Amino acid sequence: MKDTEGYVTADGRQIGGTLMEMRNITLRFGGVVAIQDISFDIREGEVRAIIGPNGAGKSSMLNVISGFYTPSEGEVWYKGAKRPPMKPFEVARQGVARTFQNIALFEGMTVLDNVMTGRLTHMNAGIASQALWWGKARDEEMENREKVERVIDFLEIQNIRKTPVGRLPYGLKKRVELARALAAEPSILLLDEPMAGMNVEEKEDMSRFILDVNDEFGTTICLIEHDMGVVMDLSDRVVVMDYGKKIGDGTPDEVRNNQDVIDAYLGVPH
Amino acid sequence: MAHMTEGAEGLRSVPALLARNASRYGNSPAYREKEYGIWQSWTWAETAQEIEALSLGLLNLGVNEGDFIAIIGRNRPYLYWSMVAAQSVGAIPVPLYQDAVAEEMEYVLGHCGARFVIAGDQEQVDKVIEIQDDLHQFEHMIYLDPRGLRKYDHTRLHQFSHVQDQGRAAYDEFIKELEARRAKLDYDSTCVMLYTSGTTGKPKGVVLSNRNIIETAKASSEFDHLRADDEVLAYLPMAWVGDFIFSIGQAYWSGFCVNCPESPETMMTDLREIAPSYYFAPPRVFETQLTQIMIRMEDSGAFKKKTFDYFMEHARKVGPAILDGHSVGLWDRLKYKLGEVMVYGPLKNALGFSKVRVGYTAGEAIGPEIFDFYRSLGINLKQLYGQTEASVFITQQPDGEVRSDTVGVPSPGVEIRIADNGEVFYRSPGVFVEYYKNAESTADTKDSEGWVATGDAGFIEEATGHLRIIDRAKDVGAMADGAMFAPKYVENKLKFYPNILEAVVFGAGRDRCCAFINIDLTAVGNWAERNNIAYASYQELAGHKQVLDTIQAHIEEVNASIAQDEMLSGCQVHRFLVLHKELDADDGELTRTRKVRRKIIGEKFEDLVNALYDGSTSVYTETEVTYEDGRKGKIKATLEIRDAKVVPATTQRMAAE
Repeated sequence: MKDTEGYVTADGRQIGGTLMEMRNITLRFGGVVAIQDISFDIREGEVRAIIGPNGAGKSSMLNVISGFYTPSEGEVWYKGAKRPPMKPFEVARQGVARTFQNIALFEGMTVLDNVMTGRLTHMNAGIASQALWWGKARDEEMENREKVERVIDFLEIQNIRKTPVGRLPYGLKKRVELARALAAEPSILLLDEPMAGMNVEEKEDMSRFILDVNDEFGTTICLIEHDMGVVMDLSDRVVVMDYGKKIGDGTPDEVRNNQDVIDAYLGVPH
Repeated sequence: MAHMTEGAEGLRSVPALLARNASRYGNSPAYREKEYGIWQSWTWAETAQEIEALSLGLLNLGVNEGDFIAIIGRNRPYLYWSMVAAQSVGAIPVPLYQDAVAEEMEYVLGHCGARFVIAGDQEQVDKVIEIQDDLHQFEHMIYLDPRGLRKYDHTRLHQFSHVQDQGRAAYDEFIKELEARRAKLDYDSTCVMLYTSGTTGKPKGVVLSNRNIIETAKASSEFDHLRADDEVLAYLPMAWVGDFIFSIGQAYWSGFCVNCPESPETMMTDLREIAPSYYFAPPRVFETQLTQIMIRMEDSGAFKKKTFDYFMEHARKVGPAILDGHSVGLWDRLKYKLGEVMVYGPLKNALGFSKVRVGYTAGEAIGPEIFDFYRSLGINLKQLYGQTEASVFITQQPDGEVRSDTVGVPSPGVEIRIADNGEVFYRSPGVFVEYYKNAESTADTKDSEGWVATGDAGFIEEATGHLRIIDRAKDVGAMADGAMFAPKYVENKLKFYPNILEAVVFGAGRDRCCAFINIDLTAVGNWAERNNIAYASYQELAGHKQVLDTIQAHIEEVNASIAQDEMLSGCQVHRFLVLHKELDADDGELTRTRKVRRKIIGEKFEDLVNALYDGSTSVYTETEVTYEDGRKGKIKATLEIRDAKVVPATTQRMAAE
């Protein structure tokens, strides 16, 4: 699937050309091979899922995409160019934002301040200007606050705007994390188990937000998730990993009927 | 103004008031809404432009005079503009409850035959789409928040801002028509149609004319001296008549600013930020706020708690008197001033009541302690009594004559009559035109002379001229000796005690009244915990001697207060028992809205009722209960029956004997 024409999803959305491509990625930690020769692409505007049993290498894959790990072999192509080894913040500047599996927010800061940190990559006023709250720093902050407020409105967290994150329940923290990632106005949004540990209602809310983000902002989303029901409902295409290898790739229906996938991950159908 | 034939100052419609406000208060804020973390505001002049653009857009979509336009959503300036825009083009706005399910909406939309719907967001749009196949007259829907609606079929769906844009673009084409339609509006044209929630049977569409709304708004604004610089927070459902009167009627008459919260969840924060000067809330809201304050004070440090208790006690003593302008000693005044700095001021600020000049509560009876608490802080909280059919106001309390047990004197322009059976009737310029397409109900409620039956029983206090509501008229009965029996009146008095959750009073056709009591497990359980009283179940706690003593003391206090009412002194509770189970909707003893079903309870616990009346001191009973998972079980108990002290009958009854 190397064409750049894109395709049309089951619900009629037009998916664009390749935005990011993994070419023969291998990742080793000493003698352990976490990812072995995996290739797949992420198209503009799609919801792409990476699934697999525990230890399959999903989070490692996500860390490769986000620039946290540099692959031992293989290439990452982003927006039509090969990406040189980079620091995570440089990747973030390029428009890749992420959330974490075990929530990495500033607990003592308010929701608003946490979400504002998502805008850091868009601020470049000097330290003097920032310290004096004058000129560029001030204009920048106002401009960024407006963007942040739109995200807060979008994710319906106005009522906790001024609440310290430490006081929030788990499900809301996850939403705040999503808000922070969204505030960066990313081209690709990486979600590491966005529904982990949530109850049914929270999962439904989160699913709706993910779809709305994709729909409203056209953000490309790449997510890792354990909950099969959620993955199958949300994603346009799914990569299946097992023991560091790719064993399946395709639409949810194709993956669901792939015998390798059934054997490795879903078990024997009952 | 040569042709000022009728109507206050020649202003005979809401759009006419808008035009006046745009020229008189052009630069003052008319609407504010918190969005994106900031209070966005619109002046009267801007409001007039927004409404005109929307009106032109509606003409562009083909709205005819007399069409119904349903409006569904939370309180937002855009939706208030929609109502006035609908009026401007000669259509009739019909605000609906946003939490109504699709079937309820279908009935209302079908009943009025709405051709247009203006909806707040995707949730409301979805509901209307779900039922649109059954709505033959429905044509176009306009939505405010485009979120999630991008992919919807837009042949009959329009975004609010686009409708306005199209209206602006078609200005030259439609402005003549708009002006002509606005000029045609008079005092008799329909201002709004509001559906009553309809606890019995289908909802009824109450048609209110411009005369109803404007006359009522004028009279009530003058009654409370409302001004153009007042602020209100619009958070109650737009489909409710009260919101229409406060946020449209009085706001347009007086020219004050209507503030809309950011979301229902942020209402309390927004209230604090806005600090309204004119405020309305049902008793439940005041009750919840008070409980929250008390809980937080329990958790605070010893010094704060002591300070709070000390000054609150002082406030209770002199606060209401100071508020009513009675004479209070200098020392007490100084101490109250100090309290204002130390406690009352900060507390009012935290509640968002720093600037309240006039506050109202209505809808149901409010507990005297709750009412007095707010008044003692210097908040001018008053009661009013009203109905959709009256454009709200029937009676209200004037400043300086406020008590928790009356609902005030007749509002300006309202006449009141008490029928022989105690039912309250009223007649006023605010009396509704008719129930839409329901001449029968109209005739049942409103007689040829314009008197409207409220369905409530009450009486007017001779000394003060204040109306007191006793009960629903159909619930009021007579005792064996013919004295009036008003169970809810007594039950409400009992329920004001935090320890009493429910009370059921019997006495119709009997020689005296007896009562079942349900204790409030939270309040009494809390008390038991603090006093080291161990209990294993509701039943055990309910049968505890000290609990019974407390309840008996409450009942005797209530008896003493009832005895002061000549008409109702017969309703004193002679004997009572505390039930061994909580009354529950699952067992059919309460309605889903937690109103007691007196008749069903009386039949179900017949053995207990008999024991109350045959003089026995204890009774054994078995009751079937339904558990939450649907299983059934039996509770067995032996209940103690106690006599409560009654205060001797008043002069009237002695004379009768």
